[in-house]
Amino acid sequence: MSDAVHTTKQKAELAQSRKTSTSYAVFLLAGFALLLIAPMFFYPIFLMKLLCFALFACAFNLLLGYTGLLSFGHATFFGGAAYFTAHAVKVWGWTPELGVLLGVAGAAVLGLVMGVVAIRRQGIYFAMITLALSQMFFFFCLQSEFTQGEDGIQQVPRGHLFGLIDLSVSTNMYYFVLAVFVIGMVVIWRFINSPFGMILKSIRENEARATSLGYSVARYKLGAFVMSAALAGLAGGLKSLVFQFATLTDVAWQMSGEVILMTLLGGIGTLIGPIFGAGLVVTLQNYLATSDFPVTIITGVVFMVCVLVFRRGIIGEFYASRFGRMLGFEHRH
Amino acid sequence: MAQPAVQSPKESRVVLSARGLTKTFGAFAAVKDVDLDVRDAQVHALIGPNGAGKTTVFNLLTKFLQPSAGSINLLGTDITRTAPDKVARMGLVRSFQISAVFPHLSVLDNVRTALQRPNNLSTQFWLPVSSLDRLNGRAEELLTAVGLIKERNTIAADLSYGRKRVLEIATTLALDPKVLLLDEPMAGMGQEDIGNVSNIIREVAKERAVLMVEHNLSVVSDICHHVTVLQRGEILAEGDYATVSQDPRVRTAYMGEEEA
Ligand SMILES: Nc1ncnc2c1ncn2[C@@H]1O[C@H](COP(=O)(O)OP(=O)(O)O)[C@@H](O)[C@H]1O
Ligand SMILES: [Mg+2]
Repeated sequence: MSDAVHTTKQKAELAQSRKTSTSYAVFLLAGFALLLIAPMFFYPIFLMKLLCFALFACAFNLLLGYTGLLSFGHATFFGGAAYFTAHAVKVWGWTPELGVLLGVAGAAVLGLVMGVVAIRRQGIYFAMITLALSQMFFFFCLQSEFTQGEDGIQQVPRGHLFGLIDLSVSTNMYYFVLAVFVIGMVVIWRFINSPFGMILKSIRENEARATSLGYSVARYKLGAFVMSAALAGLAGGLKSLVFQFATLTDVAWQMSGEVILMTLLGGIGTLIGPIFGAGLVVTLQNYLATSDFPVTIITGVVFMVCVLVFRRGIIGEFYASRFGRMLGFEHRH
Repeated sequence: MAQPAVQSPKESRVVLSARGLTKTFGAFAAVKDVDLDVRDAQVHALIGPNGAGKTTVFNLLTKFLQPSAGSINLLGTDITRTAPDKVARMGLVRSFQISAVFPHLSVLDNVRTALQRPNNLSTQFWLPVSSLDRLNGRAEELLTAVGLIKERNTIAADLSYGRKRVLEIATTLALDPKVLLLDEPMAGMGQEDIGNVSNIIREVAKERAVLMVEHNLSVVSDICHHVTVLQRGEILAEGDYATVSQDPRVRTAYMGEEEA
């Protein structure tokens, strides 16, 4: 009898998980189709900015949402990569894709250094150490020659993709950015849904138990940290090509704060939540930039309202809502 | 019962030993000068009233806590300063007093998580989760052995407390440890599971060492070859169950609790 009960329950679970994956697939395809045709309706530069920050926020969420570590130093990876890419492309004349790859590699190295120092700290101490280290990097960028101090690296050429496709054509650039964004998202998705991701998940669920099974918890966290840094670097390197400059703004602590904001707004621990969070923040900034309202105050207020109304973030609330559950989504928290 | 139900070779080798093990929290000594020898192919019980320091001893042996003094030796290697995950990889695996499952993973995934490491499938971040399917056979074998196979797809959090503990044992066995430390494995279990788990432990101990904290004295007399009694952080008595249970000091310490 209990057998029968179980099989029905399991069937229901199976049906539920099929529904979830179907809903996800529909959701994702629709989103991708929208992004493909978006340049017909919006300024490409706005869309590209949005994609860069969305990728940045998703990279950040890989750490906060899937590893439970709150880094207050992610500007280092975003901005550091922006400098590396800008330098490689402008000074060394590298092609854009190689420049971006250098940004990714540089960010990964910075992530490794910061991670090794910070990873054994918990909670607020982890946040404080990452903040302190990223402030050190900020001052390094302020003083260093190759970042050109207060001016930053300006007039970065977008160059030719693979030496062939002219990225100064804004449509070309947009689809390049979109392609990189999609690659980044696929990497994140695979990372989470991999053998490594399973161990990360078990660490999040019960760290002491994972240790007692022989997993070196710190190493797995460090792995996630470096991956998160590298992907933040992907976003940063791309950003320096989009805007054609890399400046101190990209490595400043406010940038670290902004990505936390985007992630929380969208919903931590959801794969696509941070995309919406980034969309909201970037859109707000764009609108408010032309008005007289002080941007930071408005985003601050929006943030407060969202935190009060949408505890789980926008996408988190959507998943948990009746409509979201009807579609088969379920929020994990 | 005057005789332990199971006899075992008295001369089997010591696989885990502690000498002068001490842990102080501030001025308070939770564990004082404890010597312990855990032998292969034996079930060794660590008993004593609440607060005696049993869990602390476990934490020290598995290096979740650093001893204030004393030394620990596992399979001929000094592990007094070794990290807890390393100790686990050397073959000393523990369970926890509070049930330690991965609550949002299925029963099968709980066991697979343990199997990932010995099968070198824990660092691949580029492979799909389906690459873990080749662990299913072994995981299902373990679940069958402990009687959890029907619940293989149940989310661990939905199991009853006793069944969670059974899952924990299956997960621990997945690592094929040389020494098992079980902290009150039967607490909160129904009679049926107690019998079931007793049999599993007996079976497991044929080729491994087991050190377990247990309050149920009939279980201790049934399956344990050797008993160490702890009181206020110190060893009060030691020997086989028959000897220990006749010890007047132990009887005093256990007054009010189950009569031996
Ligand atoms: N981390 C700790 N800090 C301070 N005191 C502790 C700590 N862990 C355990 N103790 C104390 O040590 C004593 C032994 O605890 P424990 O080992 O859990 O006992 P048992 O498992 O035998 O019931 C208790 O008095 C407990 O309060
Ligand atoms: Mg205890």
